[in-house]
Amino acid sequence: MMSFWHQMTGLLPFEWAKFAFMQNALLAALLASLLLGVLGTMVISRQMAFFSDAIGHAALTGVAIGALLGLGDPLWAMLVFSALLALSFSFLRQRTKASADTVIGLIMSFAVALGIVILSRRGGFSRYSQYLIGDILSVGPADIAKLLILLLAVAGFWMFYFNKIMLLSLSPSLAKSRRINTGLAEAAFSVMTALVVTVSIQWVGLLVINALLILPAAAARNLAGNMKQYLWLSAGFGLAASLTGLIASYYWATASGATMVLAAMAIYLATLPFKRR
Amino acid sequence: MGISDQVLKNSSCGSCCTKLVRVGVKLGNNTVLEDINLHLHCGQLTAIVGPNGAGKSTLLKTILGEVPHAGHVHFLDSGKQRPDKPFIGYVPQRLEFDPSAPLTVADLFGAALQKRPAWMGLSRGQRNIVGEALETAGAGHLLNRKLGQLSGGELQRVMLALALTPLPDLLLLDEPVSGVDMAGVDAFYEMVSHLRERYHLSIILVTHDLSAVAGFADRMIFLNKKIIAQGSPAQVLGHPLVQQIFGRLKPELKQGVPETAESVPHDCIACELEAKP
Repeated sequence: MMSFWHQMTGLLPFEWAKFAFMQNALLAALLASLLLGVLGTMVISRQMAFFSDAIGHAALTGVAIGALLGLGDPLWAMLVFSALLALSFSFLRQRTKASADTVIGLIMSFAVALGIVILSRRGGFSRYSQYLIGDILSVGPADIAKLLILLLAVAGFWMFYFNKIMLLSLSPSLAKSRRINTGLAEAAFSVMTALVVTVSIQWVGLLVINALLILPAAAARNLAGNMKQYLWLSAGFGLAASLTGLIASYYWATASGATMVLAAMAIYLATLPFKRR
Repeated sequence: MGISDQVLKNSSCGSCCTKLVRVGVKLGNNTVLEDINLHLHCGQLTAIVGPNGAGKSTLLKTILGEVPHAGHVHFLDSGKQRPDKPFIGYVPQRLEFDPSAPLTVADLFGAALQKRPAWMGLSRGQRNIVGEALETAGAGHLLNRKLGQLSGGELQRVMLALALTPLPDLLLLDEPVSGVDMAGVDAFYEMVSHLRERYHLSIILVTHDLSAVAGFADRMIFLNKKIIAQGSPAQVLGHPLVQQIFGRLKPELKQGVPETAESVPHDCIACELEAKP
């Protein structure tokens, strides 16, 4: 499958499309941005933008735990840590109504500080700076396989849980009256978001990951008249931002993740004048 | 209870009733509800009134199974069976969405009624069902409107239509007319009153506006953490404790009460038999 992708993109009449690392990066960027763009729609509706930002930042502690355990690739440690953190945040959100923001903010700062302290032992933090700004040009076929698996999982989740999460965001009691297991739906969505954010961090960087989750959906909100348009526009804006951002970063020799975020921001600003009531 | 044995023997009940036995709710150290004993019968509109913070909404959430509580909530159908999970229609006090959310009435129904996700739209069959439900509540023209564009009265009619699809065993209305103008309030109560007769529904309506609902309710319960008074609207409004709390604020209250309002409860034999300890 990868060789097919390489042949296809190799046919493109651009300089950047001749390099295997760019071809891989393009596929990874498209997959990740699709995941982020789709999940972002409900992250905004559930008012979870701060939650997802906190999950992204706290991934640093996941990296640190991986390093302490001596793992070569800390991804699994990151995934487990962020899933557990997402569960505790979702528990907090359900238990405490207004003050959850404060607690999430505290835990986020704590997790970032803890991660930095552990990773900077013996002055070795610079090795881990790829997690801050991301490194999409180092994506390999195995990474793309992980993204594909995640895409399938999210697609399945989206078919079964979208309605539940949408009703939950309108009124937990209404969701309960429709016999929805609100605690499970909330927790499942939190964990799913945490997993997608965590996997994408390696490529986009934890400093800006949240923007790729929020901006496409926020731009789609400006234009969409119903849920169908909302979802498709958000996915489309995510794809467009990652595509233009990646190519621009090639010519400008800049960090890809941050450049994609600038592209997403440009899309958002362009939709603002058309904001519907 | 104020229900004579004579009425009991002569009445019959087609569908179901709801029974609360010694229900109490504590949030932390705060007692929100204590020793609530209630029987709610089909074909009856029961208004639960009381000051702010009296535990009215909590009582509805307890019936929905959303709040941990002491005591028991039973649902009985005509065959004295206890269906564990009756279908409850619920009209929330308010929905939490930002007015610009790309969420139409059709999306809302899609999410609540369909298995397939709301962003795929309503199926042809569902579209007819939803159209009829909206017509019943006088909201047929609102199907493709965004929720944020609806007036308070329109939104309540949409939520009522949703709560009635499919036809519930029990209908719970939480302050359904907050944000609705005076003319709309009467129209809404008239519609609910009509639905009760047409479908022989058991309806619980929570409000702090005693006077508006008095003409429509079969039974009124004055709640302030405990049940202070219950009976016909005239009996409850004439109760000394009720007058003490509400009378000073609204001396004109009694004007709205028809002097002859003496409701005869339709009763449910199965329910009463079950009620004996």
